Amino acid sequence: MPKKKVVLNFPPHLIDQPMTYRLIQEHGLVVNILRARINPNEWGRMVVELSGPKAKLEAGRRFLVELGVGVESLAQEVRWQEERCIHCTACLAPCPTHALNVDRASMTVFFDREKCIACELCLRVCPYQAIEMSFE
Amino acid sequence: MAKTIQEINEKIRQGKAVVLTAEEVIGVVQAKGVKKAAQEVDVVTTGTFAPMCSSGAYFNMGHSNPRIKMGGGRVTLNEVPIYAGFAAVDLFLGATALAEDDPRNKVFPGKFAYGGGHVIEELVAGKDVRLTAAAYVTDCYPRRTLDTMVRLEDMNEAVLFNMRNAYQNYNVAVNLSDRVLYTYMGVLQPRMRNANYCTAGQLSPLLNDPLYRTVGVGTRIFLGGGQGLVVSHGTQHNPGVVRTAQGVPKRGAGTLAVMGDLKNMSSLWLRGASFTGYGVTLTVGLGIPIPILDEEILEFTAVRDADILAPVVDYSEAYPNCQTEVLAEVTVAQLKSGEITVGQKKVVTAGLSSYARAREIALILKRWIETGSFLLTEPVAFLPGADSGYVFKPLKERPWESPQASHSRFPPF
Repeated sequence: MPKKKVVLNFPPHLIDQPMTYRLIQEHGLVVNILRARINPNEWGRMVVELSGPKAKLEAGRRFLVELGVGVESLAQEVRWQEERCIHCTACLAPCPTHALNVDRASMTVFFDREKCIACELCLRVCPYQAIEMSFE
Repeated sequence: MAKTIQEINEKIRQGKAVVLTAEEVIGVVQAKGVKKAAQEVDVVTTGTFAPMCSSGAYFNMGHSNPRIKMGGGRVTLNEVPIYAGFAAVDLFLGATALAEDDPRNKVFPGKFAYGGGHVIEELVAGKDVRLTAAAYVTDCYPRRTLDTMVRLEDMNEAVLFNMRNAYQNYNVAVNLSDRVLYTYMGVLQPRMRNANYCTAGQLSPLLNDPLYRTVGVGTRIFLGGGQGLVVSHGTQHNPGVVRTAQGVPKRGAGTLAVMGDLKNMSSLWLRGASFTGYGVTLTVGLGIPIPILDEEILEFTAVRDADILAPVVDYSEAYPNCQTEVLAEVTVAQLKSGEITVGQKKVVTAGLSSYARAREIALILKRWIETGSFLLTEPVAFLPGADSGYVFKPLKERPWESPQASHSRFPPF
């Protein structure tokens, strides 16, 4: 079953809507919440992994967009800039999914986009601003 | 079989010198034995690339017309204050300097996005930097203010001068408290959820010459992508710490003061760094060639990560309060595996010193020597050694006492 990691940005007037419920109930998607920040009168943000048949994924995406929810693919939000990285490995300890990892033989750091859940823990830890998030 | 530096230099000139990195030499010594390897190997190259806060640079800007006396005035580079307590246009920029209006840690933890280290990186990268000066007027220096763009190539002298680099061994930082700590050793998660270390281990310059038998005042080195010199032992040099049977210090020990022409360096090897909640610094690339003068020196360079012990220190209590308590000693090999054990607890490790870049430095230095573009120097003096009695002292605080009224320059009303 196809899976897609997306970042959902909710305008403040939508945060009282049971969006997750509707994605599951009305669109038959499996919704795995990787990260969420919802507060009154603020833009809310959720990082979710959606799985379901392609057509249902597309319908779910359309439903969100029509409601006014910003839908971005995670890959576009997180960037590891290799030319800024010095391979010190400081980012390894906080990364909960090992998206940032090191090849122990060469001791060079690499970034596995598929594993990233955009938790942002690495941002404060990298002294060289090698990781950037466009929604920070 | 003892060799001299002159003999090695002669081989370098003829393109016949055998040069290995501090990593490569380990296998060669294992395969051939010390005696045979010492006959064959002439130089072992080392490297390290890590944040070094006591780095800085001095500049001679040239004189404006009319002249301005920046000395004793207030001067900034990209809004970062630069020390001007010298002659009219000589300036010294420290790696940790911050703009006056930087919020620092007012909203904790501060970002420290830009400071002295970044100014040095930008200058070396050839970028334009804004120089402002506010000065007092004299008969010979009539100008009061200056606001101009400057760049490295237009300056007279631009010299990297680091009063402490290349720390021989270093603490592994952990956090035993219940809150996140933001330190110069990075972000430390509560209840020892990570351990941060900072050493190039078996590639580290002073760990390959633990008793300072070859590295001394005047040693030519790789510095910031160019060539520099060791000018002295560094600040906080502390050679008398506990050592292993092989002479490798088990605590932070020797340090080096180094300098070199900034105009020949590269921003690849001098990088501004921002430590959240702590401040700004400069990450410096440094590599030292070790001439294999005899078998003992070769044995020192064959040191492996597994032979190097680093102390695990709590940065919530012990470090801030100058307590010497060490929670455990771990090898660099364990640190580099990604996990160490402290007491009963397995702790994830992360580095601050780039081993990959350290290896690259050792390889560059090796290539320079092999191609004859880098010759070794004879030190003119050695560093204070393990038995010298030279120690790193804490500050002795003595309370300030108000001078008696009769002696005061400012008598009371």
